[in-house]
Amino acid sequence: MATVPSGVDRILYLTELTGMSVFAPNGQRVGRVWEVALKPSEHPTRVSHFLVGRRSHFMVRYDEVESISLEGIRLSDDRFVPYYPDENLLLLSKDLLDQQIVDVNGRKVVRVNDLALRIEHVAARDELWVHEVGVGLQGAFRRLMEGILPNRLIRQVQRKITPNSIPWQYCNIVEPDARRRLRLRISHDRLGKLHPADLADIVEELGPAEREALFETLDDTVAAETLTEVDSKIQISILNSLDKSRAADIVEEMEPDQAADILERLEEAMSRGILKDMEQAPAAEVEELLEYEGDTAGGLMNSQYAAVNEDARVRDAIEALRGSEHLLKSLTHVFLIDKQQRLVASVAVGRLLTAPNDAPLKELAFEETLKVHVDEDRDRVVEIFDKYNLFALPVVNEDNELCGVITADDVISVLTPDD
Amino acid sequence: MFGRLRTRLLLFLAVLGPGFITAVVDNDAGGIFTYSEAGARFGYNPLWTMIPVTLILVITQVMCSRMGAVTGKGLSDLIREEFGLRTTFLVMAALLVVNMTNVTANFAGIAGSVELFGVSRYISVPVGAAVVWLLVVKGTYRSVEKIFLVSSLFYVAYVISAILVEPDWEQAIESSVIPVVYFDGPYLAILVGLVGTSVAPWMQFYLQAAIVEKGIDVKQFAESRAEVIVGCVAMAFIKFFIIVCAAGAIWSVQPREIHDAAEAALALQPLGDYAYYLFAGGLFNASLLAASILPLSTAYSVCEGLGFESGVNHRFEDARIFYWLYTLLIVVGAGLVLWPNFPLVRMILLSQVLNGILLPVIMILILRLVNRRDLMGEWVNSTFYNVVAYSTVVVMIGLSVAVAGLTLWSANPL
Repeated sequence: MATVPSGVDRILYLTELTGMSVFAPNGQRVGRVWEVALKPSEHPTRVSHFLVGRRSHFMVRYDEVESISLEGIRLSDDRFVPYYPDENLLLLSKDLLDQQIVDVNGRKVVRVNDLALRIEHVAARDELWVHEVGVGLQGAFRRLMEGILPNRLIRQVQRKITPNSIPWQYCNIVEPDARRRLRLRISHDRLGKLHPADLADIVEELGPAEREALFETLDDTVAAETLTEVDSKIQISILNSLDKSRAADIVEEMEPDQAADILERLEEAMSRGILKDMEQAPAAEVEELLEYEGDTAGGLMNSQYAAVNEDARVRDAIEALRGSEHLLKSLTHVFLIDKQQRLVASVAVGRLLTAPNDAPLKELAFEETLKVHVDEDRDRVVEIFDKYNLFALPVVNEDNELCGVITADDVISVLTPDD
Repeated sequence: MFGRLRTRLLLFLAVLGPGFITAVVDNDAGGIFTYSEAGARFGYNPLWTMIPVTLILVITQVMCSRMGAVTGKGLSDLIREEFGLRTTFLVMAALLVVNMTNVTANFAGIAGSVELFGVSRYISVPVGAAVVWLLVVKGTYRSVEKIFLVSSLFYVAYVISAILVEPDWEQAIESSVIPVVYFDGPYLAILVGLVGTSVAPWMQFYLQAAIVEKGIDVKQFAESRAEVIVGCVAMAFIKFFIIVCAAGAIWSVQPREIHDAAEAALALQPLGDYAYYLFAGGLFNASLLAASILPLSTAYSVCEGLGFESGVNHRFEDARIFYWLYTLLIVVGAGLVLWPNFPLVRMILLSQVLNGILLPVIMILILRLVNRRDLMGEWVNSTFYNVVAYSTVVVMIGLSVAVAGLTLWSANPL
């Protein structure tokens, strides 16, 4: 019984494991495995309990197992503990099979077909460690044929199918229940490190409860960037599902024009609630933008921009920009304004870097200052961007006062259809 | 008061689409054939089925839209998560086969209706298939949905046709409310056909997925339910007029069998060109609509359930199986119609029987899901819904077994 399995035989699939016979130390068969559990708070990959028996369920702890092979599990102990539901246990069949998980490495949502476990020989007994998650045809074939064909035959056939599996450490379970998430030590830290655009694709694939769970655990900045990227219908449902103060924290981190776009489409009570919970400064900016019609230049523009006095020199401008990290995205131009906030000229940021420090900005400005009125039609704005190959376009009111800036990415999101 | 009405109407328009389109596609070529057949052979009598069948349809559709709104997941997703891979695989395999026959029936509808206008099927079917394929792969869903909604207006053609036929309206109304049942084989088979084409399995998958896709949640569910009900009732009216039309034009002259929907249109010719062309045009429109939606919906459901990337917003490289399945359904469906001497009529009959057999299975899965409190919370079924739905399951199983027996027993039950 002490033969150590080698190579492929060290892998056991969950489908083979469930239904496997369990033998007492004296060789007597005591039942079949019907579920396998992990206790993530103790060990992230080691199977901690085998649930045995159909009628009367009992649990076998990992250290009561002597050996594990395709033929069955032999116990080293015959004191059986009755099974009672335990919230600290991750049940591999119930919680994982057929459910959606996130493949952090491949940056997509996949459905679990089967799990591969590895037999590890530790301290003269066998342990099972979760190895990888099968998401391809191989796992599907095994699931379909389980109990119809003998396990040995299934293994022979499956070798001919290209495997498609994800190493366990790259699998992220999205658990909607916050309490359970805590107990099972499921974190979404690794998801938070993905690019917001990838994260947005993942969010769109998930169900509403899972989406909410994910957003609850992301930090505000990442959540804000991700929310900006997801489909507009889903944006609304996510914000509606979060509580107001958390929604406010996220909206606060968004670009004011994006925030205004979303708030405009929320129900009035909800958007007013979010605005009230936001810090005063960003809330004021967003409220100002909400005044403009969505299909005008005012609705497109962002109220965060870099503006300096018309008499400033390069040195002053660079000094003023230092530390304005929140402007990074729209920082292609610096605008010159007079004392009454009126737009005088615009200067490309690149020119600040190539010109001497004491050059007056006015001399570096474009001869003609392109600008649009806040009420200008959205389509016209797109035309102007196209015609002059612009990166940024200042927006002014009747008195020629600078109100905001439209950047190329705002125009791109106009051009890409919603669906 | 007026403002409230306007808000209500706007909310209704915002959710317009899924329920209405599902109901519209329900009256596809197979449906029009069955209704015409029922009218041609049994006159106004089968009209009494309209009310109970519409009730069943509404109940089923509302359950699915409620599941979509509450869980935010498609029906095949839920079946997969709650019943496992094997059940999902079997259901999806059955759905694929059944829908393949449905797609074929609709390409046959395109062929038949266009031939009435004097154009060969060797032109209409390939062109139709290409249009359908491009519409979905190259167009956006939003614009496709609009085209579908507009073309659903063409169903009015049947109402006008029926009026032009000058049927016996008094008898039609009487038969609609007073059920008279005959106990003979062909009649029972028509009954199964009427239920089977009206409450088809694919609809539940399509509707729920469309509700999720549209982002309808529980807050909008009341409007969405209204939309589903309006769609079902509107289409029940169209069914009524098709049966009346066939009863007036064929049965009242000489009750007889017809072999495809185009034959029903042909029978209208003595009554004038308008009725004839309207019926044929309606058939073409219905067939093209269903031929566009069915392959897409099938590929979508199957891929969702089995965990393949799906949806037209994916690139071909990322969702190969989805695109291949979609293309295969169209190519095979159109190909079979062009195959010389292919037993099309038998295939369409088979598709109805398969629909009828698969339906109770899907209904049981839906009922088990919709009654789960951990999934649906307070939105589980009410007793009324359960009683109607479970009775339907029992009746459908009984009728399906009867018809399956009849099909085996006689070569041509209808």
